Amino acid sequence: MNWRRIAGIVLRQYYLMRGSPTRLLPMFAWIAIDIVLWGFITRWLNQVSHAGMDFVPTLLGAVLLWDFFTRVMQGVTTAFFEDLWSRNFLNVFATPLSISEYVSGLVLTSIVTSSIGLVIMLLLASTVFGLSFLSYGILLLPFLLVLFLFGIALGIVASGIVLRFGPASEWLVWPMPALLSPFAGVFYPLSTLPAWMQTVGHLLPPSYVFESMRAIVAGQPASLQNLAIGFGLALFEIALASAFFGRVYHYAVQSGLLARYSAESVS
Amino acid sequence: MLVVDHLRKQYRSTVAVDDISFDVRPHEIVGLLGPNGAGKTTTINMILGVLEPSAGSIHIENVDLARQRRRALACTNFAAVYAPLPGNLTVYQNLRFFGLIYDVRGLRARIETLLEQFDLRRFRDTKCGLLSSGEQTRVTLAKAMLNSPKLLLLDEPTASLDPATAQDVRGMIRSIASEGSGGILWTSHNMYEVQEVCHRVLFLHRGKILLQGDPKRLPQEHGAATLDELFIRLAREPLAQTEHAA
Repeated sequence: MNWRRIAGIVLRQYYLMRGSPTRLLPMFAWIAIDIVLWGFITRWLNQVSHAGMDFVPTLLGAVLLWDFFTRVMQGVTTAFFEDLWSRNFLNVFATPLSISEYVSGLVLTSIVTSSIGLVIMLLLASTVFGLSFLSYGILLLPFLLVLFLFGIALGIVASGIVLRFGPASEWLVWPMPALLSPFAGVFYPLSTLPAWMQTVGHLLPPSYVFESMRAIVAGQPASLQNLAIGFGLALFEIALASAFFGRVYHYAVQSGLLARYSAESVS
Repeated sequence: MLVVDHLRKQYRSTVAVDDISFDVRPHEIVGLLGPNGAGKTTTINMILGVLEPSAGSIHIENVDLARQRRRALACTNFAAVYAPLPGNLTVYQNLRFFGLIYDVRGLRARIETLLEQFDLRRFRDTKCGLLSSGEQTRVTLAKAMLNSPKLLLLDEPTASLDPATAQDVRGMIRSIASEGSGGILWTSHNMYEVQEVCHRVLFLHRGKILLQGDPKRLPQEHGAATLDELFIRLAREPLAQTEHAA
């Protein structure tokens, strides 16, 4: 690994963001809208519900954590798409840069952009809607870590899909988090789901985070074993995602797909 | 600098490059000529490591590209008309980005030298997308010189340039070959340009090298008035033979 090369990938994203407010805005605009929307929904639910349940840490907390995961995933894919949009693959991949350095650069970019989004979400949710993250205790850190790792894994897979199937497949990437959310049990316990959906849910690391989060809100101890499973699963899925991207890249080099991205016949 | 040995690229039943061998020596500018679809860009893509050969080997500075890709590509660079630098970064930002990727030491000083050498100082903070074709070509060449490559690949670097700018660019490339320590592999459809710049040319047709030699002497050696005429004859001959046989 050469850190200067990784720094080059990150620096390019910094230059792009610095020179373009339209790239900065999505880092916090959509998540701010989500927090405001769900903030008011939870406030209204607290008023009309007679269950005595506080929906803020359950629903608003879930929205915030899910948005964080989405931002991490999109942090990786958007950085990758910048090379796609500017037809820069040939310039980048005809250099001594290795695939692991390239992906590391995308991941570091995502850490920066998702952290900025997280800070803004935390500020908004706590100051306007009174969401206290102290209620999750120290477990907030493993929650964020598992979601971060899975966001990276999904971002790498999404980038591989676009590299393999071409720019038109970009539309498949954006709704990926929305497609996974019913299976991950973001807003309800996994036990609510039919058996086959529960099986899928158990393969998704976020499901362990949201189950633990609900347990804490309900005043029960969170299962550390479950969180460990989520963490291990997320690491395993990053390894799988990296292997997938590596295979797609190798296929692209073998078949001429990579060369064609920059030539006249972009598919 | 470059040794290409029995290189072949096959896509299912289509052979794009068919068992070609050639080399590029220090200070030498070698022209890779041929009609559209002859296999020129496929050959360049294989040398750049973005396309895997079906057979054969490529050695750059005695380093096997297939085995030590990073080492081989560290001493290579390229400029191609179809690979402009990102238009949303300024000239300086692009050079810094690629300079880091090529791990160029003393990068700031190197960028300043290149801005001066390619007359780009006044465009330093201009986004590349706002530059004219000629200016963009100069930026692409500056990027190609960042790592002082031993092997420079130029795929139609003067295509879409006006004659005066093309002449300037040819002058720059000639001085790169004479002053630097590397060699240049150049593709072009402009035979006048090839004759003016290249020390040696290879005629590629349907993936095979049909002919090679000094571009100034080749036409006479093969009974053609000009390189243009020889190019056209070589491009059409296999077709004419097929028609004759039918």
